[in-house]
Amino acid sequence: MLLHEYQSKELFRQYGIKVPLFKVVSDHAEVESAWTSLNSSKVVIKAQAHTGGRGKAGGIQMSGSVQEAREISKKLLGSRLITYQSGKDGKPISKLIFEVPAQIQKELYFACMVNRQTYGYSLIASTEGGVDIEEVSRKSPEKIKIENISGLCEFNDFRFRRLAKGLGLSTELQKQFVQVAKGVLKMFTGLDCSLIEINPLVVTEGGELVALDAKVSVDDRALWRHSAIAEMRDKLQEDPLELQANEAGLNYVSLDGNIGCMVNGAGLAMATMDIIKYYGGNPANFLDVGGGANKDQIVTAFKLLMANKSVRAILINIFGGILKCDVLAEGIVQAAKEVEIKIPIVVRLEGTNVQRGREILGSSTLKFVTASSMAEAAKKVVEVAR
Amino acid sequence: MSILVDKNTRVVVQGITGSAGSFHAKQMLEYGTKVVAGVTPGKGGQRFEDRVPVYDSVEEAVKNEGADASVLFVPPALCADSICEACDAGIKLAVCITEGIPILDELKFRNYIGNKMRLIGPNCPGIITAGETKLGIMPGYIHKKGRVGVISRSGTLTYEAVWQLSNVGLGQTTCIGIGGDPIIGLKYIDLLELFRSDIETEAVVLIGEIGGQDEEMAAAFIKESKYPKPVITFIGGQTAPKGKRMGHAGAIIEGGKGTAQGKIQALEDAGVTVCKSPADIGETAAKILR
Repeated sequence: MLLHEYQSKELFRQYGIKVPLFKVVSDHAEVESAWTSLNSSKVVIKAQAHTGGRGKAGGIQMSGSVQEAREISKKLLGSRLITYQSGKDGKPISKLIFEVPAQIQKELYFACMVNRQTYGYSLIASTEGGVDIEEVSRKSPEKIKIENISGLCEFNDFRFRRLAKGLGLSTELQKQFVQVAKGVLKMFTGLDCSLIEINPLVVTEGGELVALDAKVSVDDRALWRHSAIAEMRDKLQEDPLELQANEAGLNYVSLDGNIGCMVNGAGLAMATMDIIKYYGGNPANFLDVGGGANKDQIVTAFKLLMANKSVRAILINIFGGILKCDVLAEGIVQAAKEVEIKIPIVVRLEGTNVQRGREILGSSTLKFVTASSMAEAAKKVVEVAR
Repeated sequence: MSILVDKNTRVVVQGITGSAGSFHAKQMLEYGTKVVAGVTPGKGGQRFEDRVPVYDSVEEAVKNEGADASVLFVPPALCADSICEACDAGIKLAVCITEGIPILDELKFRNYIGNKMRLIGPNCPGIITAGETKLGIMPGYIHKKGRVGVISRSGTLTYEAVWQLSNVGLGQTTCIGIGGDPIIGLKYIDLLELFRSDIETEAVVLIGEIGGQDEEMAAAFIKESKYPKPVITFIGGQTAPKGKRMGHAGAIIEGGKGTAQGKIQALEDAGVTVCKSPADIGETAAKILR
């Protein structure tokens, strides 16, 4: 689960990581009081939306007067921010940050994530902050410093110091950096984060290390033990179909093709997308109905596929294990009663109770194209989607 | 021959009284697995299906029934504890089916077990030695005793590959679903090493997917160790978008790393046969072994 910048920064403060003075504005009526309380001649206004590239897309603007702040807020609040990362529909802006601008001397990069190979954490730092870090890693990998932190040992100050020294910071800034790293790691492990990224972490003219931006992602699977964090979820930022799927216990990812896919199991679902592409088609989505889907979930899954207007044909590829083929077939027949189906459907069933499943589909009034193998199913669906 | 498990493996099912645990324990018994005990804290003294004794702890199951392997169907919030318990009780191989364990819990138990216990999973279908024993949730009947070892991060895609291998008449020795989470126990390399010395395994099918670097590491291992048996692979997620988690917690392309293309490149460089289509796994293996 991704957090907003303002939520992340509020957490940073609790973990002793310095952030600029800011106010959250969610209504036009709050503009004046926010402006006044910051007591600054200039204020940066930042759209709160789950996407990168906000600056270039007009989501971050400087205001020199309360009048100007009003105009910018009016434009941003309630609109959608479309950036090169946000997808074509953009992300809604329902909150803004009003922030005192930092006097920047230097921009750094700092992040913490899980290391899958060492069963610990990786701290990543660079002198090249405020830019796309993937670009830096491609062009000048020597500018990226990494420290691997053990998943068990809690004594890591020497690693933080080594990282700080590697960034060429002054002795005083090295001390501050150690505090930031400590705070980040404590927050990471304390809140079950999957990513904390500060880009940029700036050195101000006054010689302070301040987190100017924040990207924090929390492990969805641990939200049950962090109820306050779970409440921070902003459902408006999520793809409506993905959200609906999520609430029904299904895994759905929107793609931009025209062949809807319903598959059980994540690996087979990815492979199904791949084989559609292999035969010249384009998948409209990833949809994993899971190992033990029930009839209701199949109905929801079907509705999700039909809700995507670009879908011209559907491929159902099920290898029944725990999910039995007859349960799936009943779900499809039920769904077809609830949703009008005007597009061709190709079905490939295999595995547990396959005979019974095929009979249920065969005796329904629905028209299916059946296939006996994955390759045949993919070929047929690509053909009918043309 | 087989690797890790055979008809003599003595299995304890942790979480045997839960709905998933009891359903699959029954299926395992039907397949012929020696399920010698079940564990559910607080339910010790019962009998499962009138024959399998249930204990309060793994320690008791090991002491009284000689269990040496465990299959876990324990809810995500309690599962890390159960894995550590299995390790502490002297279990040699634990198979964790549970999906949805917090990643930081996985880090902790992975560090704890170290080399004391072998772990398969979490978030996996388990392990099966065709015709002998299954510790997991895979449909038994699709497997056929034969000549190919299977290692995969997926569940149903493994069934697909197994089914193809059975249909072309090759069959399988042992099939292992290593799990779709970012932190897992045994990885490709560990299992390739075990298959190397298994006489009956003539080739290995390795099914990978986007995310992480395990396939790249397997490729390097195959190349450097001059792996003596043919390896056939398919990598899922060639059409997956960057930065999106594709169902499995571990299936995500991060920072430009973990793409299908990168993995395919590394495997091809190591001389591995990469299937472009997931429908070609069985046929490709058959051509190579013919």
